[in-house]
Amino acid sequence: MITTLSVASLMALAPQSVSAQDASATAPAVTASAPVQGPQAAVTGDSVAEPAAEIGVYKPLGPEWIKGKPTDGALSFQKQYSQNGKYALWMHDGILLPMITAISLFVLGLLLWVIARFNRRANKVPSKVSHNTFIEVVWTLVPVLILVAVAVPSLTLLGRQFESPPKDAVTIKATGYQWYWGYSYPDNGEFEVISNMLSQEDAVANGEPFQLAVDNRMVVPANTPLRIQITAADVIHSFAVPSLWFKLDAVPGRLNERLLTIEEPGIYYGQCSELCGSRHGYMPIAVEALPRAEWEAWIREQGGTIGEQPSESSDVDAAPAKVAAR
Amino acid sequence: MATTADQIQGHTEDHGHHDADHKPAFFARWFMSTNHKDIGTLYLGFAIVAGIIGGFISGIMRMELAEPGIQFLGYWVDLMGGEASFDANAHLWNVLITAHGLIMVFFMVMPAMIGGFGNWFVPLMIGAPDMAFPRMNNISFWMTVAGFCSLMFSTFVPGGTGMGAGTGWTVYAPLSTSGSVGPAVDFAIFSLHLAGAASIMGAINFITTIFNMRAPGMTLHKMPLFVWSVLVTAFLLLLSLPVLAAAITMLLTDRNFGTTFFDPAGGGDPLLYQHLFWFFGHPEVYIMILPGFGMISQIVSTFSRKPVFGYLGMAYAMVAIGVVGFVVWAHHMYTVGLDVNTKMYFTAATMVIAVPTGVKIFSWIATMWGGSLEFKSPLVWAMGFIFLFTVGGVTGVVLANGGVDDAVHDTYYVVAHFHYVLSMGAVFSMFAGFYYWFPKMSGRMHSELLAHLHFWAFFVGVNVIFFPQHFLGMNGMPRRIPDYPDAFTYWNDISSIGYTITIASMLLFFINLVYAFTFGKKAGDNPWGEGAKTLEWTLSSPPPYHQFETLPVIEDDQGYDDHRPAAG
Repeated sequence: MITTLSVASLMALAPQSVSAQDASATAPAVTASAPVQGPQAAVTGDSVAEPAAEIGVYKPLGPEWIKGKPTDGALSFQKQYSQNGKYALWMHDGILLPMITAISLFVLGLLLWVIARFNRRANKVPSKVSHNTFIEVVWTLVPVLILVAVAVPSLTLLGRQFESPPKDAVTIKATGYQWYWGYSYPDNGEFEVISNMLSQEDAVANGEPFQLAVDNRMVVPANTPLRIQITAADVIHSFAVPSLWFKLDAVPGRLNERLLTIEEPGIYYGQCSELCGSRHGYMPIAVEALPRAEWEAWIREQGGTIGEQPSESSDVDAAPAKVAAR
Repeated sequence: MATTADQIQGHTEDHGHHDADHKPAFFARWFMSTNHKDIGTLYLGFAIVAGIIGGFISGIMRMELAEPGIQFLGYWVDLMGGEASFDANAHLWNVLITAHGLIMVFFMVMPAMIGGFGNWFVPLMIGAPDMAFPRMNNISFWMTVAGFCSLMFSTFVPGGTGMGAGTGWTVYAPLSTSGSVGPAVDFAIFSLHLAGAASIMGAINFITTIFNMRAPGMTLHKMPLFVWSVLVTAFLLLLSLPVLAAAITMLLTDRNFGTTFFDPAGGGDPLLYQHLFWFFGHPEVYIMILPGFGMISQIVSTFSRKPVFGYLGMAYAMVAIGVVGFVVWAHHMYTVGLDVNTKMYFTAATMVIAVPTGVKIFSWIATMWGGSLEFKSPLVWAMGFIFLFTVGGVTGVVLANGGVDDAVHDTYYVVAHFHYVLSMGAVFSMFAGFYYWFPKMSGRMHSELLAHLHFWAFFVGVNVIFFPQHFLGMNGMPRRIPDYPDAFTYWNDISSIGYTITIASMLLFFINLVYAFTFGKKAGDNPWGEGAKTLEWTLSSPPPYHQFETLPVIEDDQGYDDHRPAAG
């Protein structure tokens, strides 16, 4: 039954043919009155299809756009859709994982050798050797050198993750509540969208995975630097999106902030990642990344504004005491 | 002429029964004990009972997680006298994970290793007649029991959206303050106060005993490595537990006396709690493993018939792990919003600990290298420890990298990591120590066959439970959730199967205990042969009620590893 369910859900989630998409949708949507075009309205050069862009109308992305989700039986991380995520994944898969596998197999090999070579029948008289300065130096220095080698990409990754958002980054503030998320747009009219988990029936009807699907997703522009700010209204929660290698705690009384750039339009799921009460497992996160024009259309539909001055909350230098500056 | 162990009264079988062996009557002996061996036995029995309860809870958890959907929680809520509802059931999940963690840490591992093996064998190994403060020793034990009772009680009073404390063993504010209405969390805090105070007093006892009561000729650099491990552990306890006490007392006053240490509305900061907790919490994990390291050293040496390779390196590696362990706590807080320099520092410092730990792993292997190995059950468990602790340790190196940790923090990757170093590291070392010292403590031989079967079945079981959890964590499954999206089903199912195997293996353990006490052969002074060179093996099995009333003298020309009195 589990296999059937898995197959069924995989089929439901598999990307469907994009021939239905309108290829001419690469042209940015223009509304009658809006003079301002987002700087990243053009699509990237790869073969990512664009969502159909009807002028001035936002439609939520369908399940064929789900990109960031877990896979049953998976052995590793989700596919990554941000630059830092790809670097981090490379660091794990290319440096850390080979290193820890080699060390574990090495220790196992030594143990097996010891069993074979020094068991009582094979070696009746034990040696009395209990020192060897050379080897002791080697097995202290070699781990140090390995760790230094690991530290270089590791600290590089950290530096990149803490890059400051540029002044024209789009600001989105996620607030953790018991037990749902609120997404507000300080630069675009200060409205807040409340995001609740969908029930099992509604999720299935939508073609989305239960416990990940939500009613109102966090709608953001793709390919744009995002200033993600996170806070909480009651207890500590944590905003996490595995396919974007992003996790930042939502602490009441504290505004955490980090830069995030999502490379492609799509739907990216995550779950609350700090124990926050009974429904901790039932307050998922769904990020919907859209081309700039479609996102602006969505903003307008919510009653927000495009192209105003960035609000004070995004001014890093004037940060009040509790704002995490980076 | 130096007094040797031969001349100590307790050594001769006849005398042992009548003179030095005059024991108090039952109630005084077991409820008012001042005997380190009896108190050690009490701790071991208590740890086994607590381990059964903690293990039973994890069984409920694995049963629930075997398939997507909530199947069993409502039944358990009902059974405990509550009103099953979606929130009450989900709350019970949080109570279960909290209880499982607190029980295993504070009422199983620590009592067994420090209260149990520490009390039993530190005085014997240093040639002392008892601990420095025998009555305080007893207070520590009974306070620990009281702490356990407080925790058990907390599950039957309200604590939020249901009964019991659903905060995780970490008890983060504000979930544990404004987020948990009702007395349950207060009883959980009280439980930690009691257990913590008991451990602080135990630490004082061990430090004083080890510094002041070593037999003549046993310098610090001649102490067995198990004694070193308990000494370092005692210092970690002494210095870290008061910080936990402060943190949880501040929780208590925030909850009940109007303070706002962790409430931003009153000028407080939830992160202050985390810093205080983890300043204790990281040394705590070393507290849970260091005595295990000490036991492994004794066992590997005994069954290789070789002294431990690089004794000083081993002793000071433990000291280094203890010291550095105090300055890495924020690697448990990588996602709270630390600034970049802080995160970089803790990344680098945490990676440093891998070096002394690696020295120990290689030294154990070098001890066996060139030795003459007899694969008795303690050695088999010890070798399992060496491999599995390495696996757990290397995933710790992955987690140490703050930037990488962003993806796996609070996921099952972390759960897999710490269960490898605990359920396989600490627990394997405890079984190794148990099978090593059981004949000495009880005077009976257990069945080696059952002990080996126990090892293999347990080895398979725990690996099946926890290895797949690495995959779950990497693919994004968060911790502390009672149900999961369908895409996490496969590995959860397998992990739960592993639990059944593990439970079956534990049956073998209990059968072995029953076997040993009914049919087990009488154990001599030293069932393990010439490799067993520490002082406990010079005494009868079990040792007399009082030993070393005349102190043994350790000859000058004997190395640290041979404390048998000079031949002749």
